[in-house]
Amino acid sequence: MHKFRLGLSHLYMGLFLLYLLLPLVVMSGAAFNDSKLPSIVPWKGWTTMWFSEMIADQRMMVAFRNTLLVAVAVAVLAIVVGTAAAILVNSISGRLRTALYGMMISTILIPGVVIGISTMIMWTKLGNAIGTDFILFKPGLHLSVLGQVSYIAAMVMLLVLARLQSFDAGLEEAALDLGASHAQVMRRILLPHLYPAIGAGAAVAFFQSIENFNVTQFTRGGADTLTVYVFSKVRSGITPTINALAFLLICITLVLAAVYEVNRRRRARAEAARLAQARRAEAEEGIGAA
Amino acid sequence: MQDMIRRYGPGLTLIICLLVAFWLVMLVIVPNITLLEQSFRPYLPVAEIGGPRDTYSLGNYMKVLDGTVEKSLLGISFTIPVHVYTFFLTIFYSILVTFICFLLAYPLAYYLAKIVSPKSLPTLLLMLFIPLWVSEVLRAFAWWIILAFKGPLNAMLLGIGLIDAPIRWTNMGYTGVVVGLIYTYVLFMLFPLYNAVQSLDTNQIEAAEDLGAPWWKIHWKIVLPHSKPGIASGSVMVFMLSAGSLLVPSILGSTTSQWFTQTIDQWFKDALDWNTASAYAFLLLILCTLFVTVALKLFRVRLSDIAK
Repeated sequence: MHKFRLGLSHLYMGLFLLYLLLPLVVMSGAAFNDSKLPSIVPWKGWTTMWFSEMIADQRMMVAFRNTLLVAVAVAVLAIVVGTAAAILVNSISGRLRTALYGMMISTILIPGVVIGISTMIMWTKLGNAIGTDFILFKPGLHLSVLGQVSYIAAMVMLLVLARLQSFDAGLEEAALDLGASHAQVMRRILLPHLYPAIGAGAAVAFFQSIENFNVTQFTRGGADTLTVYVFSKVRSGITPTINALAFLLICITLVLAAVYEVNRRRRARAEAARLAQARRAEAEEGIGAA
Repeated sequence: MQDMIRRYGPGLTLIICLLVAFWLVMLVIVPNITLLEQSFRPYLPVAEIGGPRDTYSLGNYMKVLDGTVEKSLLGISFTIPVHVYTFFLTIFYSILVTFICFLLAYPLAYYLAKIVSPKSLPTLLLMLFIPLWVSEVLRAFAWWIILAFKGPLNAMLLGIGLIDAPIRWTNMGYTGVVVGLIYTYVLFMLFPLYNAVQSLDTNQIEAAEDLGAPWWKIHWKIVLPHSKPGIASGSVMVFMLSAGSLLVPSILGSTTSQWFTQTIDQWFKDALDWNTASAYAFLLLILCTLFVTVALKLFRVRLSDIAK
């Protein structure tokens, strides 16, 4: 490739990263500015006041707890439903498979606003029809969980389905022939093979749930999650406590990313060393044979 | 199905089927049918629900046509119902966002797939992923800070003398919304594109180079056609997310920028008229379905390819 164009492409990459990361830096920086409004200009001096105010903010702490609870519930439900769906889709074929698969995928494309309103209306109407005051049929975070699961389960399904492609069904046959029970086949053979995908699915579900705004906004009743709380704050009298929160969340993200990167490099080095050793052994064998 | 029963037994198979049925029936099909049914009912006081006035009608959908405003485009002035206007502007700006995202992401996807050294690729991808993990509301909020009247962008532009007076970025129609949507969703274009470009055999590019093709022709004739599935899935993702976004337009919108989801939100939360909100939500659903269908037809891709 032409030298000039190569340089240009590196420059573009750098600028793009800057474009992605600079807003996050600005947002984090505002957490330390001693100014009532969240901004980095004009700089009025360093302060950590916003962090202590954040911890004192009861509503935010409740919202934080709610977010975690919802995310865990969504992750658990989504991996159970998503894994079941992947197993089902994997073991059927023909028209039925196409129809089921298409319907599952399409849930990802339904706008969150539609999911939120439809979930809310259905459960409250169902409650009215049965004539019960049971908590399940009232607006609240449990409806947010159900609404979020309706499309996050599809993401888990896709991850697990991809993993199922590399599964050797012969292993199950062998286990059955050797007298394993159905439950044992599931627990000892199939699920262990799927664990990496299920783990990835749980992580995706967890983060998707934390991100979610649309579904939660329409189903939450009076309860807050972090996203909803931050949103309401931005609209009505914002303070840099939000920036303090953002700074902490970004730090957690960075730490996780760094841990992941270090692990990846270690694995890559180990892999390279193993390959080199194998090659040496092969070469020695070659000499021995000669 | 027979195969499943043989492997996992009738009990487990039943549980699996029930779980999937719960998902698709209780969380997807019935809610959407309820939404559709509800959208044809009038908004009545609780006492009158189920009474003689509670009949099906297109009344809620007709509300889209209420309240016209005078607008002019390219010198031609016309009157248009305000919600229809919002609807079309939402589509227009979502397409604009999708297009700009494509322009931004394509060179980068090519760079990541074909130019960068394989050793630094995982690190770069990880760095690109970081903003995705920071939640959407915070990403929109970051731009709220940057675009503020007394914010860093104005300060910087004033500092280098590009402008003489600070600009009200978030009060210039849809500027703030478009800027925010691009920042929030550009990565949803980048990753499908990257996957598509990556699957192209580098030999094809080299062959074209050896035969003397100019760089733009290589992209136009080889790389772009090959990455069609990626373009389709990226575009569908970005368009759906943009048109369906409520957060970004609410945070970065101006007094003159109304997004269709905001209209739905107002019917639902402010007017407490869930039925009209349902009708509007259903319109949004139809719009999105139409867009996906057209995009898939145009690029000759199947729905199952999008999900990859």
